[in-house]
Amino acid sequence: MNYNVNEQGYYGEFGGAYVPEILQKNVKELRENYLKIMQSPDFIAEIDQLLHDYAGRPTPLYFAKRLSEEVGAKVYLKREDLCHTGAHKINNALGQILLARRMGKTRIVAETGAGQHGVATATVCALMNMECVVYMGETDVNRQFLNVQRMKMLGAKVVPVISGNKTLKDATNEAIRDWCCNPQNTFYIIGSVVGPHPYPDIVAKFQSVISEEIKKQLKEKEGRENPDYLIACVGGGSNAAGTFYHYLQNEEVKLYEAEAAGLGIDTDMTAATIHLGKEGVLHGSRTLIMQTPDGQIVEPYSISAGLDYPGIGPMHANLARMGRAKVFAITDKQAMDAALRLTRLEGIIPAIESSHALAILAEAKFKPSDVIVVTVSGRGDKDMNTYSKYFEGQF
Amino acid sequence: MDRIKRLFDSKKNEKILSVYFTAGFPKKDSTVDVIKALSDGGVDMIEIGIPFSDPMADGPVIQQSSQKALDNGMTQNLLFEQLKDIRKVTDIPLILMGYINTAMQFGFENLCKKAVEVGIDGFIIPDIPLEEYSSQYKPIVEKYGLKFILLITPETPEERIRKIDSASSGFIYMVSSASTTGAQNSFSEDKQRYFKKIADMNLKNPTLVGFGVSNKATFDAACEHSRGAIIGSAFIRALEEQPTVQDAVKSLISKL
Ligand SMILES: Cc1ncc(COP(=O)(O)O)c(C=O)c1O
Repeated sequence: MNYNVNEQGYYGEFGGAYVPEILQKNVKELRENYLKIMQSPDFIAEIDQLLHDYAGRPTPLYFAKRLSEEVGAKVYLKREDLCHTGAHKINNALGQILLARRMGKTRIVAETGAGQHGVATATVCALMNMECVVYMGETDVNRQFLNVQRMKMLGAKVVPVISGNKTLKDATNEAIRDWCCNPQNTFYIIGSVVGPHPYPDIVAKFQSVISEEIKKQLKEKEGRENPDYLIACVGGGSNAAGTFYHYLQNEEVKLYEAEAAGLGIDTDMTAATIHLGKEGVLHGSRTLIMQTPDGQIVEPYSISAGLDYPGIGPMHANLARMGRAKVFAITDKQAMDAALRLTRLEGIIPAIESSHALAILAEAKFKPSDVIVVTVSGRGDKDMNTYSKYFEGQF
Repeated sequence: MDRIKRLFDSKKNEKILSVYFTAGFPKKDSTVDVIKALSDGGVDMIEIGIPFSDPMADGPVIQQSSQKALDNGMTQNLLFEQLKDIRKVTDIPLILMGYINTAMQFGFENLCKKAVEVGIDGFIIPDIPLEEYSSQYKPIVEKYGLKFILLITPETPEERIRKIDSASSGFIYMVSSASTTGAQNSFSEDKQRYFKKIADMNLKNPTLVGFGVSNKATFDAACEHSRGAIIGSAFIRALEEQPTVQDAVKSLISKL
């Protein structure tokens, strides 16, 4: 089985490029050039150096001894939380801005939900001295004050979006509309493996450095490249795509992904897109979407601001459809419990998104000989308000 | 009976005015009233917008009208219910305009079937690109004898315009500018050059200009090198501001 994108831009029946005609030329230019650019030696040299010297890669693969004892298997943590700016998002932002420059674009737009991708994009724009406009739902602007301040200090213009529900999906709509209005000079840096082809593939490739490193690091530590399980959370699915990328065709490595169940998949306060979504088209891609029977997009809910997206990257819709990945719906409570457990056992406060992945350790069955790698996609600094409120009085 | 062809054939020396509005706006049950008022007011063709929660190609005015229509309880089933007897009300071409996601949930073939039943003439679905249209949807559209109007823009290369012309039916929607929908006050010389360039290509389909047409200046500029123009946001705004739908139509026509 091939789980990568095909020539037409599809993963199985998911993907494609459903964008208005005004963007077709841009998308075509990108499609025709991205592989050539990303494979050129000078591009590889530049991105490798930035990932190493600027973003702080390789990130450690840490054997979590006390957590392993509790789980009853060997648990390694891939420490994306130690990247510059605090999450895996910087891997993609660095890659895409170099791509934008080689495509001759001078202005960057991005969407952000929790603000991690917005901060990563604002960061690389400061670094490259490029104009940066970040669209962010007004609700999120108010919820994620710290990240808004960071983006502004970095010199980005943060535009509060007041359409729709004023959250991530609306910010994405607005970023696409901006791109429609400025197709000649503007590059849209998408924050996850979503959007029209070739974006899902571009983002997956820039995040694939995660699994490239896991292979090397696990070989050193365990004498083998392949773990038994890889575990990651999925919002749009970029850290999971990066974690799985070099293992996709290797079916003996089991892929587990955590989506956000919110208050539970039998409630209407949930973001479990793969469990509950139906096929449709959102933000240029044919995928699973949380929607009403009449095709109106439903606003998802999760305690984690980075997982409440009503769609899912087409790669993940296909991995789930083909049975290649097993998808767990993790509730707010399971995630928060997992966060506290990691913090107390290992002294690592994870992002709430990552806590959803960690919660699978308590939900699935493992053998003592199993080698598991969990990607900790980000650190918990941005979530301290939510954590303190949730655990109020317990510390 | 091909109403769109008949319209273009009969208006060889006059400009065509097509008007967009959102179904279920300003009130849930105003859909038929608006169609009747536009038709009585002398509009040549009507585009009936199917509201969508995430209209990526639309500016703020049409976005808000879509949201309002959805808040009013508008659905696709209800729309076809409302349009059941629309051919007793008007004989001008009626086109459904919407997004692919709602069409998929309704079932694309079901949408075509229902459209034919009530007397709809064609579709404009801006997020179905040429390639997807040709490979997945064209056979169904043609089976039902409907028209499918594709869009061209200032960014569309000549070779692609030729392909769009050969796949499109009814007419071609010429997007005036790199933008989302929304009223503009004037059209630059650049736009005129682009309109003229398209006119000089002698396409098989007639063209209408849309996006930004709002007043006499933009309407006349749009018409200079095309068969007519499409007005959307400016009419939605009139529907918001005027006390009745008849007044909104009057106000729109008086501005042209
Ligand atoms: C730390 C962290 N992890 C995960 C995600 C979810 O995104 P993705 O599924 O693309 O990795 C986000 C998004 O904001 C995030 O900030």
